[in-house]
Amino acid sequence: MKVHNNKAWWLVLPVFLLVAFSAVVPMMTVVNYSVQDIFDHSTRYFVGVDWYKQVLQDTRLHESLLRQFIFSTCVLLIEIPLGIAIALCMPTKGRMASLVLIVLAIPLLIPWNVVGTIWQIFGRADIGLLGWSLNSLGISYNYAANTSDAWVTVLIMDVWHWTSLVALLCYSGLRAIPDVYYQAARIDRASDWAVFRHIQLPKLKSVLLIAVMLRFMDSFMIYTEPFVLTGGGPGNATTFLSQTLTQMAIGQFDLGPAAAFSLVYFLIILLVSWLFYTAMTHNDKTR
Amino acid sequence: MAEIRLRNLAHSYSRSPSGPADYAIREMDHVWEQGGAYALLGPSGCGKSTLLNIISGLLSPSHGEVQFDGKVVNALPPEQRNIAQVFQFPVVYDTMTVFDNLAFPLRNQGMNEAKVLAKVNEIAEVLELHPLLRRRASNLTADEKQKVSMGRGLVRDDVSAILFDEPLTVIDPHLKWKLRRKLKQIHEQFNITMVYVTHDQLEASTFADKIAVMYGGQIVQFGTPRELFERPSHTFVGYFIGSPGMNLIDVQPCAGGVRFNETVLPLSSALNQQVAEMPAAKLKVGIRPEFIHVWDGPNEDALCAEVVHVEDLGTYKIITLRLDGQLLKVRLQEDQVVPQQQAYLSFPAQWLMLYADDILVGPKAQGGQP
Repeated sequence: MKVHNNKAWWLVLPVFLLVAFSAVVPMMTVVNYSVQDIFDHSTRYFVGVDWYKQVLQDTRLHESLLRQFIFSTCVLLIEIPLGIAIALCMPTKGRMASLVLIVLAIPLLIPWNVVGTIWQIFGRADIGLLGWSLNSLGISYNYAANTSDAWVTVLIMDVWHWTSLVALLCYSGLRAIPDVYYQAARIDRASDWAVFRHIQLPKLKSVLLIAVMLRFMDSFMIYTEPFVLTGGGPGNATTFLSQTLTQMAIGQFDLGPAAAFSLVYFLIILLVSWLFYTAMTHNDKTR
Repeated sequence: MAEIRLRNLAHSYSRSPSGPADYAIREMDHVWEQGGAYALLGPSGCGKSTLLNIISGLLSPSHGEVQFDGKVVNALPPEQRNIAQVFQFPVVYDTMTVFDNLAFPLRNQGMNEAKVLAKVNEIAEVLELHPLLRRRASNLTADEKQKVSMGRGLVRDDVSAILFDEPLTVIDPHLKWKLRRKLKQIHEQFNITMVYVTHDQLEASTFADKIAVMYGGQIVQFGTPRELFERPSHTFVGYFIGSPGMNLIDVQPCAGGVRFNETVLPLSSALNQQVAEMPAAKLKVGIRPEFIHVWDGPNEDALCAEVVHVEDLGTYKIITLRLDGQLLKVRLQEDQVVPQQQAYLSFPAQWLMLYADDILVGPKAQGGQP
């Protein structure tokens, strides 16, 4: 045993403290709430896993979890291919390239509740350009009353807001492919599809991994935009997990079940992200 | 299979070239004959890769024509030119196996799988890639990847020519030699025109039957390795080929020959006449270090030089001499007597080259292009 080496642990202390205050302590607070029933400073009861049991059997949560999975799946299925397609079409040099980059970056710079407000007004049948136009074309559209209209609007809003991120990531990935790959492909008479399939897509893998993870996590935690746009309605049609959680924690002040649910929510995101990561990097490890 | 002819070819990367300095390729005419093994040799930035990319169609030349078997192909994109090109850094399709990589160009032209299998096996045999065929290409070493890149060029039997752009840069030295031999064998076996770009004279002369030396965007000489060595038609060839390069001395014309300082070098009457016809030219004489004759002792014909430095390189020695203020290098075989302090030299007339404005004066070496 080299005892003198243990002094080095002091050097880790600042990082340890930082992580403790930024992550571990808040998280333990949640854990603390999730296993107790707390009324005030002195009145609390240890309830073990009761809250977890209750939460896992709550049909309201089941429904919003299902909605959440459908929503995130749709987001990924639309935004990832669309983002790749946009990146492939983007000009590579000249002033057009800078212009397109700026235009694409604009949605990313808008605060989330402003995005919600924009679409809330844009979609209104009485004064909104989109809602009014659709209705005057004879297409009945009302996101406040019709479930599928509400869903489509929330989805389109998310696509409008976040596809740029996927496109910009893919664009940077595409620019990093050396010209010689395209030259070799031309010499080999590869079709455009083959170039995409065998050169561009494989080389985009690492940025796509980031894009998929970011878009999954963000869409799975979506709160502000549907809250501003539909308020979770009509009925509970667009109430996703975060909103259910907020209602539970702040609306009903059920801190115990809310804490238990927060941890379950966190574990689901962790698990799905891990699945994506493992699936997408699986091939690199096989020889 | 094709003869590749370049006519009045020139290329500039600048949109509005204003002078010769803006041209990566200066106007040239050149023919690569069907079935030849050629090297394109020159220093970095002399336009070798540009020329190669023009032949394959990756670049479109600013002026002139590229002809395959007499047919102008300027307008054809690379995929329609039946050209294979191997690049400096290996290009493999990462997601495919080695087999699929080799099969890729064949499948792209719609060949049936049975024939693909036969062709790929044939090339894998030649390149010794058999044990790797089932492996994913992304996990190969650099030289294995480069073999796969080459294989994709060699596997097609419709190619008119294979162009190599310094393909062995990333390869270990001992494998370089093996792969070069391999290429030579493949050339003999398949009789395909091959153009091999390199800046390494040894690589060029072991691979090629004929070498085109490029300098400043032009092919300054095209000939066998021996011709380049014995009769460099441009001072650059003299300097670039050989180790060490040719001794080049600035001279002025004088009665019966040329001189530098007090030393007079007599020339043949034919050469003297040619010199007289171009009074404004900048003259140089050149002689290879191997061809300077060193006498054992003083002699009537010999010039006396001072020994400055002797460098022993094992099988031969390089001696630096000062002759009338001019430094010369002489290469001596190991059995030759090494002169001490004073050396007595003469320049055999057949090895003494005269250059006017860097271009050889007198009957040109065969195929030479000033």
